[in-house]
Amino acid sequence: MSKVRVLVGTRKGAFILASDGARQDFEVSGPFFGGWEVYHLKGSPADPDRLYASQSSGWFGQLIQRSDDGGASWSPVGNDFAYDGVPGTHQWYDGTPHPWEFARVWHLEPSLEDPDTVYAGVEDAALFSSSDGGQSWHELSGLRQHDTGHLWQPGGGGMCLHTVILDPSRPERIYVAISAAGVFRSDDGGKSWSPINRGLVSGGIPDPDATVGHCVHHVAMHPSAPDVLFMQKHWDVMRSDDGGDNWTEVSGDLPTDFGFVIDVHAHEPETVYVVPITSDSEHFPPNGALRVYRSRTGGGEWEPLTKGLPQENCYVNVLRDAMAVDSLDDCGLYFGTTGGQVYASADGGDSWQAIVRDLPAVCSVEVQTLP
Amino acid sequence: MIRVVLPAHLKTLAQVEGEVSLELGGEATARAVIDALESTFPALRGTIRDPASDRRRPFIRFFACEEDLSHEPLDLPLPAAVREGCEPFCIVGAMAGG
Repeated sequence: MSKVRVLVGTRKGAFILASDGARQDFEVSGPFFGGWEVYHLKGSPADPDRLYASQSSGWFGQLIQRSDDGGASWSPVGNDFAYDGVPGTHQWYDGTPHPWEFARVWHLEPSLEDPDTVYAGVEDAALFSSSDGGQSWHELSGLRQHDTGHLWQPGGGGMCLHTVILDPSRPERIYVAISAAGVFRSDDGGKSWSPINRGLVSGGIPDPDATVGHCVHHVAMHPSAPDVLFMQKHWDVMRSDDGGDNWTEVSGDLPTDFGFVIDVHAHEPETVYVVPITSDSEHFPPNGALRVYRSRTGGGEWEPLTKGLPQENCYVNVLRDAMAVDSLDDCGLYFGTTGGQVYASADGGDSWQAIVRDLPAVCSVEVQTLP
Repeated sequence: MIRVVLPAHLKTLAQVEGEVSLELGGEATARAVIDALESTFPALRGTIRDPASDRRRPFIRFFACEEDLSHEPLDLPLPAAVREGCEPFCIVGAMAGG
């Protein structure tokens, strides 16, 4: 019988929640790296026992941990994220130039093919890669050195590269998303990059449809339809049908189109999930009711999913990397909250249960589907 | 022999308990202590000083002999009591919650 392993990064350590294919009872292990922020941990698609974790602290900086046994044991690997050349400046919150300074790794994306190859999206925004299992890192500096780099600016969480998507059909194609710059695509394995933000319209920047400057919160792709991308922007839920060249709004009948997470059903490329959040000034669900919204039409028409979720007095947030789907026949969904709950659905979102309730604030949720 | 006290998180990373004893080849300075720590315990690389700037991390402080050495030059000789192993060199995480 298949199993799932849910990887949870929190403000105070990492946790692993394991269950059989029924996904009703979960065994919790952790905390790993207790007391440290774990913005993200993720397993290699090529070797599910190979996990990478981003461990950081305001006191002691950044570490990368690696497990070769599915999280039972961990070892620190390389943590020297040196920008290539003179880092230069980006915009600060007030529009003045500010030097690029490494703060932390937000997202680790293991290669689809090679367990030793992994990408790291960092703050201040840049993309690094390692081809030796995380021992050494080098910057794919064509991104940061794009001629719009001096116009990028931080969002509320810092100027972070938070999303890395590898195209399973085109090994040289990589998408990244940066708050607040937008989405960028490389078609040569990360050497050169183009901003792909046509169709995005954002307040808070001088030119609402500028080439860069958009606060993209997250982007998701279904592997069987790699030209279709879904985006939760600061405000607006968007989709692209041409690999990001053009975006159209699909917020439709959502109660609010502000939010952080977005994900796609494992077997239905047009079934999309978001968690609407009240606004950019009220980072909690509308009316204190935690609701996942599902669209079976690729956006536009959305239905609230409430069964098993708190429908009163709930004022948590769901951060951008804190939703994941498993690939069992009946697609499972998982998301974590800043209140420390991790909710799971074993039926595509129709019903939910809290599989753990009292973790530290959840930064990220990933899931591995295991044989 | 230099005695070093690490904060709890760094002891966990280094997989040590209690004080750390280091044999320094040359002059006993804060830089030599950090160099020896990072060499002996590679997991500590980058946790005490920023690898990009080579500076002490802002939330790290160095205390010894009831004095704050955080802002002394890294290449200044440590106090005699530290050099002689009578007092530890304390690496402390700034008191800022956590």
